[in-house]
Amino acid sequence: MFANFDFDVISRSLRYLFVEGMTFTLTLTALATLGGVVFGTALALMRLSSFRLLSVPAASYVNFMRSLPLVLVIFWFYFLVPYIGQWITGASRPTQVGPFWSSLVTFMLFEAAYFCEIMRAGIQSIARGQVQAAYALGLNYRQAMTYIVLPQAFRNMLPVLLTQTIILFQDTSLVYVLSITDFLGAASKVAQRDGRLVEMYLFAAAVYFVICLAASLLVRRLNSRVAILR
Amino acid sequence: MNYNWNWPIFLELSPEGATTYWQTLIYGTGWTLTTAMLAWVIALGFGSVVGVLRTMPNRGLVLVGDAYVELFRNIPLLVQMFLWYFVLPELLPRSWGLWLKQLPNASFYTAVVCLGFYTSARIAEQVRAGINSLPRGQRMAGQALGLTLPQTYRYVLLPMAFRIMLPPLTSEFINIIKNSAVALTIGLLELTARARAMQEFSFQVFEAFTAATLIYLFINIVVVNLMRILERRVAVPGLIALQPSAGR
Repeated sequence: MFANFDFDVISRSLRYLFVEGMTFTLTLTALATLGGVVFGTALALMRLSSFRLLSVPAASYVNFMRSLPLVLVIFWFYFLVPYIGQWITGASRPTQVGPFWSSLVTFMLFEAAYFCEIMRAGIQSIARGQVQAAYALGLNYRQAMTYIVLPQAFRNMLPVLLTQTIILFQDTSLVYVLSITDFLGAASKVAQRDGRLVEMYLFAAAVYFVICLAASLLVRRLNSRVAILR
Repeated sequence: MNYNWNWPIFLELSPEGATTYWQTLIYGTGWTLTTAMLAWVIALGFGSVVGVLRTMPNRGLVLVGDAYVELFRNIPLLVQMFLWYFVLPELLPRSWGLWLKQLPNASFYTAVVCLGFYTSARIAEQVRAGINSLPRGQRMAGQALGLTLPQTYRYVLLPMAFRIMLPPLTSEFINIIKNSAVALTIGLLELTARARAMQEFSFQVFEAFTAATLIYLFINIVVVNLMRILERRVAVPGLIALQPSAGR
């Protein structure tokens, strides 16, 4: 079965796969997580607001994003971002944005919907008495959130947030549909150039598997360490 | 935004000849739903078996179940798609591989199998959680009454577990429909692929994607409402109704 398995094609392309491909994948994952968590937290605060003008749009946004396939959203933003750029800068033609920025915007906005749901659960897990105590001490909404509620919500939700980041890491492989050279894109380009699909795809699968398994084992250990004892 | 909207484009003939763009999108929806439902059968079948294995008293069986879930959960769906489509036929004996490659609609069968196994790992996780959420006493009581282990599962644990699991299963079902879009990478002409094709041929980017978006939203609403009815029918009396979970 592995009689004509060509290990050489993997070692030859290691540099390309990791320096170009994996760097893109990891950068995209890190920045999209950061942006997604920030925007997602804002969405969660809006969703939990008693002010309907904030809660209804936030809830619609989240439900809307969560009912669409990521592939479709990637296509949407790939074509939409140049027009948004034009609208913001006031240029006369749709602005040229590279595939990196287009996919970064996509993943931030898409994953924010999922991060919002996680943060909402996190905020709701804080006892109501804590908020009331904060107000009784004279803190305003912003102070109560930044000093009392959000730090605890982040801590409670850290394992779930990290698990979602692992999912995001896997999802970034879908930028393949835009022919971007992420890790899978790089593997796929080498595979097609050298006619070595079996080797390259098995290798890519193994790399993803090792990274994601290691990360999820770490999350599980972390989970038992950061859990707040009650 | 200087974009030329052209909504009547949907009634124009697509390059396929006999069908309008609107019809191609509807056919795509058909493929999306067929793929998702057939994959769901595999997913629910294998997922339940593996999920049950992971709650067995036997350590070995639990390990096998855990390994199965980790394997399918830690490789991106797109990579799994490529493994089934490009790699599997090469690893099989030559004649089998050839047969697989020459199968008509090969991308459809591949997508069904791939999505089925991918989702089965997620369902296995839900099944395990569902069974573990039951009070220990139920299993013990079943055994104490003299039921065998399979009988305990069949008559005591699973009927309760599946009813509790319905909300997370609903989101898994919606996920399988959404995830079927990944199959466009191996050439399955499902909804997203049709919208993409329409965009390429007609240059009406936003009309094509708007239509696909609305169809996905519609499917979503229908599924959620049907499941809500089912949930109400089979709700376990006395339990707090569970909120649909946030997972995908």
